[in-house]
Amino acid sequence: MTWSELTRPFEFEFFRNGLLVATVAGALCGLIGVYVVLRGMSYIGHGLSHAIFGGFAASGLVGVSFFLGAGLWGLASALMVTAVTRRRAIGSDAAIGVITTASFALGLALIQLYGSPGRNPDAALFGNVLGVAAEDVWIVVGVAAFAATVIFFRYRALLFATFDPEVADAAGLRTARTDALLMLVLAASILATMNVMGVTLIAAAVVVPAATARMLTHSFTRMLVLATLVGAFCGFVGMNLSYHLDIASGPTIVLTGATLFALAFMLSGTRRIRRPRRNPRDTAPLATPGG
Amino acid sequence: MIAPNDGGPLVAVGRATVAYDRTPVLVNVDLRVGAGDFSAIVGPSGSGKTTLLRLLLGAVSPLAGEVTRRRDLRVGYVPQVETVNWQFPVTVRECVLMSRTHRLWPWPSRAERAEVRELLDRLGIAGLEDRHIRALSGGQQQRVFIARALLNEPQLLLMDEPTSGVDIRTRHDVLHLISELNREGLAVVVTTHDLNGIAAHLPNLVCLNTEVIAAGAPADVLTPEVLERTYGAPMEVLEHAGMRVVVDAFSMADNVTRLRRTSA
Repeated sequence: MTWSELTRPFEFEFFRNGLLVATVAGALCGLIGVYVVLRGMSYIGHGLSHAIFGGFAASGLVGVSFFLGAGLWGLASALMVTAVTRRRAIGSDAAIGVITTASFALGLALIQLYGSPGRNPDAALFGNVLGVAAEDVWIVVGVAAFAATVIFFRYRALLFATFDPEVADAAGLRTARTDALLMLVLAASILATMNVMGVTLIAAAVVVPAATARMLTHSFTRMLVLATLVGAFCGFVGMNLSYHLDIASGPTIVLTGATLFALAFMLSGTRRIRRPRRNPRDTAPLATPGG
Repeated sequence: MIAPNDGGPLVAVGRATVAYDRTPVLVNVDLRVGAGDFSAIVGPSGSGKTTLLRLLLGAVSPLAGEVTRRRDLRVGYVPQVETVNWQFPVTVRECVLMSRTHRLWPWPSRAERAEVRELLDRLGIAGLEDRHIRALSGGQQQRVFIARALLNEPQLLLMDEPTSGVDIRTRHDVLHLISELNREGLAVVVTTHDLNGIAAHLPNLVCLNTEVIAAGAPADVLTPEVLERTYGAPMEVLEHAGMRVVVDAFSMADNVTRLRRTSA
């Protein structure tokens, strides 16, 4: 393949828009993915995108804008997941499974009863990055800037609340508020990137860069930077592959990530930490009565 | 409630009752922690040790009774190493600094770097800033979390089971370190199930089993009566080199001075 063949798609505005959106969306998913993966909520991306699909159906019904309605719906689902996890002895995986799937089911029921609202539900389900309009570009860029700002200025609070929520709480950090802020960032990010990745593939876009980065570093800061770069790289390369191979952008982005993951897995074999300990990650939390 | 800074106790728990889901975990508990105190809370599993620690910390509120703390009291908390997520990607420096959440920028300032360096040096783990927290020995790991708690210069240090899951040498090191911090004026309260390794060495003990069974110096509270009421099982107490040694009733050695149950 010649250079001119490689660069040909850049002549088209739709492709340049799509490439920008895919790269920024990939970086955004990579960034938030670090918190998602380290909190053991890997399927929150998958869940939230489904919940937002429910919101998409409902917002069409009541006549509010897609972004507002679906965004609020997604945020409400995310907050419900954290609330249930905090107050009951149910893991976040189960809470995500119940709440976001119920929300998705409600969306399906509403669409069957009242028909689909204006947007094409297929695009929401599988992603259609080449169909992005100029406003979609701005939404993704705006949300990415918002997420980066929140994570930059709340860096230590978010780290403390993610690593050691019980102690952070006790040390006077308002972890409930910090978690809610993170959920807001998460819901906004999923909402903004759904058009690119599609409901069904977003989980991988969120999880793969963070999981890849985790294998390459033991530092939190470096993991954030690496995951963002990996996400951006996947978006960029995946979009180009999508054009040349004539495959939808969601799958090529995810497959690029999966390839990087496999590479990191092979390269990091010798980087395993010495001194493996017996402690599983979910030993009894501080909240156990008595003790 | 906030008490004035007049040299009274740092924290005073008065007739406090705490329950989770209607199950009482602590009932009518009284406890005063003064500046420079060094106490261990002992009791069987499920006796409310950790909850009492959380009550001192302010992480739980009593259902009845009250907790009064001195104004501007700074408390450091060291979790049980067994509850730490060792898979988490944090280096020692990142771990120590995360508790200082009020700084606007994510990266450590030059002053903070120096502070961490000094703190690690003081705790005997100098130069480990860039290590991952799992790539350390048990004693070093414990010290990292002590460093995190000390970063905000607390007057009171609370440690949950500081020696569970560590070997004897590490236990000695950690105990030695805590005593040193205490000598420098830091009040320390630990929970422990290690009566002989930890509790008997400290100036003050609180025997807990939902209620405070007894509180005072080891010589006063380490008696068969108190221990049986605390643990619900018979225990014998020996005296060895001026220290109390607690043994299970059935594993007694005969050639050591035995304190009769009635002698307490």
